Amino acid sequence: MNAPVPVRDLRIALVGNPNSGKTALFNALTGGRAKVANYAGVTVERKEGFLTSPAGRRVSVLDLPGTYSLRARSPDEEVTRDVVLGKRAGERAPDLLVCVADATNLRLVLRLILELKQTGQPAVLALNMIDIAQRQGIDIDLEALSREIGMPVVTTVATRKRGIEDLLIAIDETAAVSDAQTVSGWHSPSAGEIRDSHREAERIIKIAVRPPKRPDTWTGKIDSVLLHPVSGIVILLAILFLMFQAVFSWATPIMDLIKAGFDWLAMQVTAHVPNGLIQSLIADGVISGVGSVLVFLPQIMILFFFIILLEDFGYMARAAFLMDRIMGGAGLHGRAFIPLLSSFACAIPGIMSTRVIDQKRDRLTTILVAPLMTCSARIPIYTLIISAFIPNKTLWGWVSLQGLVMLGLYVAGMVSALAVAFIFRKVFWRGASEPFIMELPAYKTPDPKNVARNVLLRAEIFLKRAGTTILSMMILIWFLSTVPFKPAGAVGPAIDYSFAGIIGHTLQPLLAPIGFNWQMAVALVPGMAAREVAVGALGTVYAIGEGQPGQLATTLAGHWSLPTALAFLAWYIFAPQCASTLGVVKRETNAWRWPIIMFVYMIALAYVAALITFQVASRF
Amino acid sequence: MNVQWRQGSAVGAASLPAGVVRLSEARRGDRGVVLAVSPDAMTGADSEEREELERRLLEIGFVEGARIELLHEGFIGRDPIAVRLDDMRVALRRREAQGVIITLDGAAG
Repeated sequence: MNAPVPVRDLRIALVGNPNSGKTALFNALTGGRAKVANYAGVTVERKEGFLTSPAGRRVSVLDLPGTYSLRARSPDEEVTRDVVLGKRAGERAPDLLVCVADATNLRLVLRLILELKQTGQPAVLALNMIDIAQRQGIDIDLEALSREIGMPVVTTVATRKRGIEDLLIAIDETAAVSDAQTVSGWHSPSAGEIRDSHREAERIIKIAVRPPKRPDTWTGKIDSVLLHPVSGIVILLAILFLMFQAVFSWATPIMDLIKAGFDWLAMQVTAHVPNGLIQSLIADGVISGVGSVLVFLPQIMILFFFIILLEDFGYMARAAFLMDRIMGGAGLHGRAFIPLLSSFACAIPGIMSTRVIDQKRDRLTTILVAPLMTCSARIPIYTLIISAFIPNKTLWGWVSLQGLVMLGLYVAGMVSALAVAFIFRKVFWRGASEPFIMELPAYKTPDPKNVARNVLLRAEIFLKRAGTTILSMMILIWFLSTVPFKPAGAVGPAIDYSFAGIIGHTLQPLLAPIGFNWQMAVALVPGMAAREVAVGALGTVYAIGEGQPGQLATTLAGHWSLPTALAFLAWYIFAPQCASTLGVVKRETNAWRWPIIMFVYMIALAYVAALITFQVASRF
Repeated sequence: MNVQWRQGSAVGAASLPAGVVRLSEARRGDRGVVLAVSPDAMTGADSEEREELERRLLEIGFVEGARIELLHEGFIGRDPIAVRLDDMRVALRRREAQGVIITLDGAAG
């Protein structure tokens, strides 16, 4: 950093259609190191990265949500419009726009560029995926294109980091000549003006682009299988089934390893730290508590691996197409499929991704039912109970019974989400639903680096949560279940005399009809912080109560009846045991009304489901 | 199962010349050119919704003169549909497709 040239710092923003490889270009420019936060007041993700340009400028790069028009309808598109126009509070207008285009699909982005030009912002066009365009024999006259749209044009292959230097040089040159602040002449275009800009884009394409000599036939061929009324559905179900089998079986060896590691660590502490409060805090509170949650990291990573892979391949839009009618029957938008699928990993990203649904009612319905989808925080609980109570048998030679029960729990979550959505549409709002119009992008081979980067990002978010929220909850539950101490000479386990024991015993009569004992009642209280905390809490409660660090599953199998265990599973299909989800709903809907409605309906469903399960199972 | 939209659209279809249909009535394999984008006939929509839909259809590439081919139909009630629109593929519901009027290939022009 010894460049003596006094050049101004630069703020650039990436704008383009969805699926134009904008994020890949962002990663190629910034090396993938992004500062991820939210725009003030909304939960649209703000992704910013930094680089140093060849001229020595410090450049900040903003990755804006994909859009077809500056005419915004969803919060995402509003952010793009407001940032481009410099109207976003607390956000300076970018000095330069980098329009990102899929070189094989120029028509719509050219129309967007014509709109962007009205803002008067200096801009550069990055023709991304130029390798695919060349393979298809699409001939683009860069000079003519540049002349017609009035901005420099650079070709890039973001996934291979090709053309990035040229793009940076073009950015430097454009920034050097345009220092004056411009006044935007953009206004929301009428239907007539959109038609005019289409004609203009068509004219430019006629001049500068020769159509493909070898058009992509793969997308059509793959679609004729994946969108086929029969094979499409069969494949969709097979993919979901494979996902859940993988989550259950692939992760086991690594999970065993992590479990063994934490057990070893706890033993070391017990052996080397003097007996007493500190030893108990570290071994029972911190290590066994956090360990019992961290053990599920492999499953979460496998789930995200599938979701990200399918997204990058281009399958998610197809899944939305296949699911639209089913979702529509429940009053949901086909696009709700993607947020709901993300909710399998965690309701929080799921709820945050509902912003792709333009209409408020559709969006609220999706938000309200998203937590019913089986999030990964339920996996620890399901795994624990299933491994303790469901025999490890193989049916028909290849289906694991435990996996089948797991699938059943997932299906119960999905079916109830659709049913609740249907009821909400009937109770709260009726009327026309949001239009379902979406592009089906061409299939692409997923970039392994991008998939790996995103899976690691998700793992990092989970670990951060485990390191902060969950760790502090573990210490709190340890404190609650240790203090006050057992009086000298008293009989019974020490936890009976602690705060946790007092709370558990108080709640227990309420939970008796659904078969919950007081240890479970204790675990539910800290379990409000996050579902998986209940596992750690049960571990702590039983480890301290029993005075031995044995396997939690074995302990539970000895203490709970089968009806109790099944009722506990039923409870966790519905229970709103996640304070962060409620917090996100408050933030997304900007009203307390919705998280309250969510909490009440979910806890009522949980109680009724557990009650029925326990009472019915007890008869057998 | 798929009779519903055929019947529902029969009235609107009567007013269109031969070889000109609403995209909502097209079947798998039908090809043609977009003749007009006008969601006036869209059922159950107010004028504001229609105006908004027109702009959305235009923005995603349903524009007069675009080549169109119906590629796929959903498995329940043949809805939604996937179409090839010039160089790209778009999925939409038949309800929205009422706003797109196409001239089928081979129709007297």
